[in-house]
This record gives sequence, C-alpha cells and structure tokens, in this order.
Amino acid sequence: MSLLRTLAIAGRVYVGLILLFLYVPILVMATMSFNQSEYYQLPVHFTLDWYRALAKDSEIVDAAALSLGLAIATTVLASTIGTAAAIALFRYDFPGKSVLQALLFPPIAIPWLIIGISMLIFCFWVGLGRGTPAVLLGHVALALPYVIVVVGARLRTFDATLEDAARSLGANTWQVTRHVTLPWIASGIVAGGLFAFAVSFDQFVVSYFLARPGDATLPVVIYTAIRKGFTPEINAISTIIIVISMTIMLLASRYFKFGGER
Amino acid sequence: MLAPAYLWLTAAIFLPLSAMLFFSFVTKPPIGLAEWHLTFGNYDEFFLHPLYPYLLGRSLLMSAVVTGLCAVIGYPCAFVLAKVIKGRAREALFLLIILPFWSNGLVRVFSWAIVLRGNGVIAYILKSVLPFEVPFDVMFSVPAIVIGLVHAYLPYVVLSSYLALQAIDDSLIEAARSLGAPARTILWRLVLPLSLPGLVAGAILTFVPVTGSFMEPRILGGRNGTFYGTVIEDQFTAVYNWPLGAALSFILLAVVLGILGLAAPLLRRAQ
Repeated sequence: MSLLRTLAIAGRVYVGLILLFLYVPILVMATMSFNQSEYYQLPVHFTLDWYRALAKDSEIVDAAALSLGLAIATTVLASTIGTAAAIALFRYDFPGKSVLQALLFPPIAIPWLIIGISMLIFCFWVGLGRGTPAVLLGHVALALPYVIVVVGARLRTFDATLEDAARSLGANTWQVTRHVTLPWIASGIVAGGLFAFAVSFDQFVVSYFLARPGDATLPVVIYTAIRKGFTPEINAISTIIIVISMTIMLLASRYFKFGGER
Repeated sequence: MLAPAYLWLTAAIFLPLSAMLFFSFVTKPPIGLAEWHLTFGNYDEFFLHPLYPYLLGRSLLMSAVVTGLCAVIGYPCAFVLAKVIKGRAREALFLLIILPFWSNGLVRVFSWAIVLRGNGVIAYILKSVLPFEVPFDVMFSVPAIVIGLVHAYLPYVVLSSYLALQAIDDSLIEAARSLGAPARTILWRLVLPLSLPGLVAGAILTFVPVTGSFMEPRILGGRNGTFYGTVIEDQFTAVYNWPLGAALSFILLAVVLGILGLAAPLLRRAQ
C-alpha cells in the first residue's frame, strides 16, 4: 500500500512539473513586460512604461481593434451556421451523413500553412485578393468544425422524446426548434461561440498569408515585430493577449466539459 | 440547414485546395495576362534539387521527435490525472494543462525566446547559482525549436490520452487486480491497449501540423531554422514562385495523408 502511496505522490509531483514547464515561460514573459530595462536586464525594476507605449502605438491599437472585430464577426457567423449544421448532423438521419461529418476533419487536420497558402492562391485567382474579407472567410472556416463538434456533443445528451412530445401537442418544426431544442443546447452554443472567438483571435498562420500589409491582425503585427527584434512592448501586448485568450477559455470551460461527462 | 456551413467550407477550404492542386501543374500563375501552360516541372524540381527531399526528411524527423516527446511526457501525465487524482482537483489540474493549448501559439513561442536567449532568465539563474561561468545559449538551435513545439502540442496529447484513459472502467482494473495481476501486467495488457487509440489520435494531431510548422523554426531557430515549412513559406512571401510552392505543399500533403492512412486501422479500433 505504501508503494502505491509513493507512486501517487510521485504522480502529483510529475503533474506539477509539467504545469511548471507550461506556465513558467508565460510568467517570465509577463514579468519582463513590467521590467524597466529595455535589454531584459535582471533583477526586475517595476514599470508600466511598456503598456503606456502600447497605447500610443497606433499600429498595434489598429491591429487590436481589427482582431477584436474579426473575432466577434467570426463568433457570430460560425456559431449561427455551425449550430444549424450541428442540429441537422446530429438530430436527423439522411444518406451521406457520415461523409459530411468526415469533411469536418480536413480544416482541423491539414497544416494551417497549407490552408493559408491555398486560400491565398484561390483568393487571388477569383479576384478577391488579400484583405479583411479573405481573412474572415478563413477564420470562420477554421472555427466551424469546433462549433459543430461542441454543439453536437451537447445534442447527444438531448432527449428526442421531448421534441416528439412538443410536436404531438401541435408545435410546428420552427416552434419545436425554438422552444425545445435551442434552450437545451444553449450552453453548447455559448461554448462553441467562445471556441470560435479563440480560434479567430489567436489565429496567426492563415491571417499572415491573407491579411493586406497595413491591415494586419494583432498576431501578424507581433510576428513582424519579433522578426525585427525583441522589444519589451511585444512582451506587454503578448501578456494582454494571453490574459484575454485564457479568460475566454476559462469562460468556455464553464459551459463545456473538456474532460467528458463522467 | 447544412447548406451555409458546407458552402462556407467549400469556398474557404475545398475550392482553395483544388485551386492549389491546379497551380502546382502550371508554369506561371494564370492570373492577368501571364502566359502559362501545364507542366510537371514543379514536381520535377523537388526531385532535381536534393535540398527539398532533405528538408522534407528533416521536417518529418523533427515532427517525429516532437510527437515522441509529447507522447512520452504527456501520457503518464494523462494517466495520473485520469486514474490517480480524483474529484475537483482533477478537473482544475486538467483545465490548467489544456488552457495554454487554447491560448495564442505565436505568443507562447515568443515567451520561450525570452526564456532561452543568452542573457535570459535561465542564463541569469545559472550565473547566480553556480560559482563558475557556464555558457548557456540554446536559442537559435534545433533543440530550442523542439522545446517550443513540445510546449505547443503537449496539452493536445494529454487531452486525447486523458479522454481515452477516463473511458476505461475502473472496475476492469479492480477485476484484474483481484485476480492477482501485477501492476505492470495491468498497465501493459489492459490500460495501454485500451487507451492506445486516444494516444494515437493525439500523436497524429501533433505530427501533422508540426510537419508544416514555419513560425516556430523562424522565431526559435534563426539561421538553423530552415525547414520544409519555411521553404514553402518563402515561395509565397519572398521568392514568389507560387506554382513551386503549391507543388511542394502537395508533396507534403501526400506524405502526411500516407502516414494518416497507415495509422487509420489503429484509430478505427477506437470506435
């Protein structure tokens, strides 16, 4: 028994070490964003200068506004059409259903590099070119599979006899969907929407190929800045981004159990 | 109800992939007044220059190393979470581990650049702890890229392994134990085979994107960061040889699909 207990303690220590590996770099970066030295000299002298500098940097402020707007638009579009597709895919049976479900896999599994450049080629070929419409097209496509899977998971727990009951009481298809199905899957839609927001807000690769220079999203601006050299300003904006995206996912975890229902 | 979603995916994913396939067989992008004709030349290019196959091999090897490390580090972690820790602590720890996966990948790679650079935090700690000077410079090397990529994909492998491990009924393990099976047998003959599909799914979803990574090698690898993905990126952002870039991408896609095909039987056992 004592051997088992030793193993259990060792296991907890191991999980702790992994958490350190995952979080220490992020914490170091956040600490450096409050450090006065431009050359990352230690020990840390506290300052908010780099955050003040951000507010004056119009390129970053514009990019942040664009990124937020894109993320909100992606959330609305992806959760609307994704929920509709999820209801059709997980509530009804029809021929070819498994093929359609399998088609959700490529946007998640194909390397983003390949999706990004194929979209770049396509957008130029059809005359759309680079720019925010192309970026939005890509973000929604990348977010859709997540929305469909998350809403679909919630739909699996739905008791279909409730719909039958509503229908036998005279409700039409729209009324059944609006008053029976949708309230049940509301938490799934919220979680799916938050996923969509995160996918868009954090997306770098596809935006990198599709954004027009001068009209870049926040990650693209950061990447360009990193390639030129590491400045504490990048630490500051990176810290803000990581706080936003982690908050979004913490919110999502209230509505969607990542670890399954058991 | 399906139409909007699938039309969108067609316009954003499937048509572009077809367009890229077409572009990989032309001499020049058929845009504007450019003269072009069909050719296999872009694919010949891959085989004519030993650099391309070499870089593809280098990317696949790095991907295999990253995937292997993620599996070896992540699976035991998932096991501890699923079978040792119980209750609210488990939920909280699990959330903490997968949370970084959903945060900005670029920013996390950058955070490693801050940690690993010479004169960085590790160098500072080494200097203040050790009485003698130790040269510490991992930045701009392949190990730096591997660390960044493991950091990026580890939560994925933990997530998928955890889901599979959690689905194993504890009473199965109890039964094996009460029949006198030693811990090692339970692990190798019961737990590992039953959770293998989850581990393989996580490994595939790590391996595939890593083969096409270009941002991590660029930031953490510096001059040592030339990989297959960065060469493809160059065709679109520096050299502007789109047909060659398209052909190189399809070769990567074919190799990746081949590997997925090999792993498919293992995945099917999951269902």
